Amino acid sequence: MTGTGAAAPRTGWPAISGVVRRLPEYMTIWVPLLLSAAHLVSFSLWTIWISFTPSTLVPVSGWVGLRNYTAVMASRNWKIAFDNLLLFGSAFVLLSLVTGLILAILLDQRIRGENVLRSIFLYPLAVSFVVTGTVWSWLLNPGLGIQKLVHDLGWTSFRFDWLVDRDMAIWTIVIAAIWQSSGFAMALFLAGLRSVDADIIKAAQIDGAGPIRTYWRVILPTLWPITITVVVVQLQFAISAFDLVRALTNGGPGIATQLPALVVYDLMFQRSQLGRGAAAAVLMLLILLVVLLPYAAWRYVQRRRATHA
Amino acid sequence: MRDRTFAPSRILIYLLVSLIAAAYLAPLAVVMLNSLRTNQEIAQASMIGWPKQWAWSNYLAAWSGFCVAETCAGIRPYMLNSALVTIPATIFSTMLGAIAGYAVSLWRFRGDNWIYGIVTLGLFLPQQMRLLPWTIVLRDIGLINTLTGLVLIHTIQGLSFTTLFCRNYYIAIPHELIRAARIDGAGFFRIFWRIILPLSAPILIVTVIWQFTHIWNEFLYGVTFTTGQQQPVTAALIALSAAIADIPQHGVQSAAVIIAALPTLLIYLLGGRYFVRGLTAGAVK
Repeated sequence: MTGTGAAAPRTGWPAISGVVRRLPEYMTIWVPLLLSAAHLVSFSLWTIWISFTPSTLVPVSGWVGLRNYTAVMASRNWKIAFDNLLLFGSAFVLLSLVTGLILAILLDQRIRGENVLRSIFLYPLAVSFVVTGTVWSWLLNPGLGIQKLVHDLGWTSFRFDWLVDRDMAIWTIVIAAIWQSSGFAMALFLAGLRSVDADIIKAAQIDGAGPIRTYWRVILPTLWPITITVVVVQLQFAISAFDLVRALTNGGPGIATQLPALVVYDLMFQRSQLGRGAAAAVLMLLILLVVLLPYAAWRYVQRRRATHA
Repeated sequence: MRDRTFAPSRILIYLLVSLIAAAYLAPLAVVMLNSLRTNQEIAQASMIGWPKQWAWSNYLAAWSGFCVAETCAGIRPYMLNSALVTIPATIFSTMLGAIAGYAVSLWRFRGDNWIYGIVTLGLFLPQQMRLLPWTIVLRDIGLINTLTGLVLIHTIQGLSFTTLFCRNYYIAIPHELIRAARIDGAGFFRIFWRIILPLSAPILIVTVIWQFTHIWNEFLYGVTFTTGQQQPVTAALIALSAAIADIPQHGVQSAAVIIAALPTLLIYLLGGRYFVRGLTAGAVK
């Protein structure tokens, strides 16, 4: 269990020389792990502490209770960001689940060129959100992209100007995010479909179930643990989304596509409101915990059940 | 449901799959074509179109010509910055993660579960919780606005992923192997070097690809902790589109986007299988 050798003598001096001899080993094991763990714990605690101080341009000590939190939550910026997060999070997660599932089912039909197709659906994941956001900002720009193309082709009344439409702009982020990461859902679903017991499928077919019925009643129900994993991973992305919005809309038009991560950045580095910025970051963490804690509990129960079965 | 006859339903499936594949490829195709059209041609028509004359000079301008923030050296210095951050940080985090993963899974020591549990919390903790502390730490050790500072950040933060990847891989190695080697007198490093490392090629490839892709594509730390000539390419792309918003040069910008995306796309094409394995390994935490 422990790393101390059984043969080490118990007398004082040789034991110390043993420790010295094994110093490189201890250092190699502990220094990276301690650095990682210490930065996670101390950085989190420090940010939480700052969120309760009156810090603005520089960190200062002092105690203002929840004043930073109430100020952030009362601000129009945060309210819009939070509403956007609810809309963006649910639309993006739901639509990328559906897209990923459809793609996985299509690829599961023993089609030719499956490997090539799978690579096509997955390649956006290798590209940065900055690149994705920039490219989609061109495609969705009404004077430059799809709308302009359709106009040039002769259909001049065609309108697709969500990027500059306050009410619809958030959907451009949904589109780009789905393009970027529905392949992830597909990959996980496809692995799930491939691991369904062939005997169950055969039994369903013998019972006279058609392909759609077999999928709906027999195969898809086995996928729900994967579905939960996909939902949690995608929500985690949605909650901390920053690069994509920065490159695609930069929060605009106006502040119509503001998201929590942009509010944090704005408060910390553009308005020099460190206390409020830290409070907004902690609020992001809390939103994340609302998603992650039930997931962790569910995983724990699953694992217990698996070991007891 | 899984027969190979060419029923109408199968034609429909192929049609549907091809359509969706085209939609996924379209943005890349549009940018590639644009990177070969002149700025005037794009300005007259739209971003979507076939080049009338092949403007290869866009790539030269993107690589070493256009100006960002009063420096006219193209995207080259920022690509170099990204490489100088990504390559060392990938190597360091992978090496340290492999050793740490081996230590917590096979060597075992007092407190290993605890420290491993805390380290993996790093997979979930939002970057925003660490922005201010990193600012202060980097300033105190004199690494603010340096590439070394970014290497440090990505190495330490990458440990959460690399340790998890390697630990989950090593846990399947039989403990008897380690026990036998220890009875023969092999120590921590010898076992790692002679037994663990030769078995590690698949997981090291997965880890390197994962780390490289993530660090290369990272934006928030790059834009927060570096400015001007020190920025990685993701931050430079944003600065570029802001800098030439007045006089659009979409041909050159498209070429810059392609160049910036090329390293990770190439790695994806070469190591796609390992890339996907990393994705699923990262998901099933």
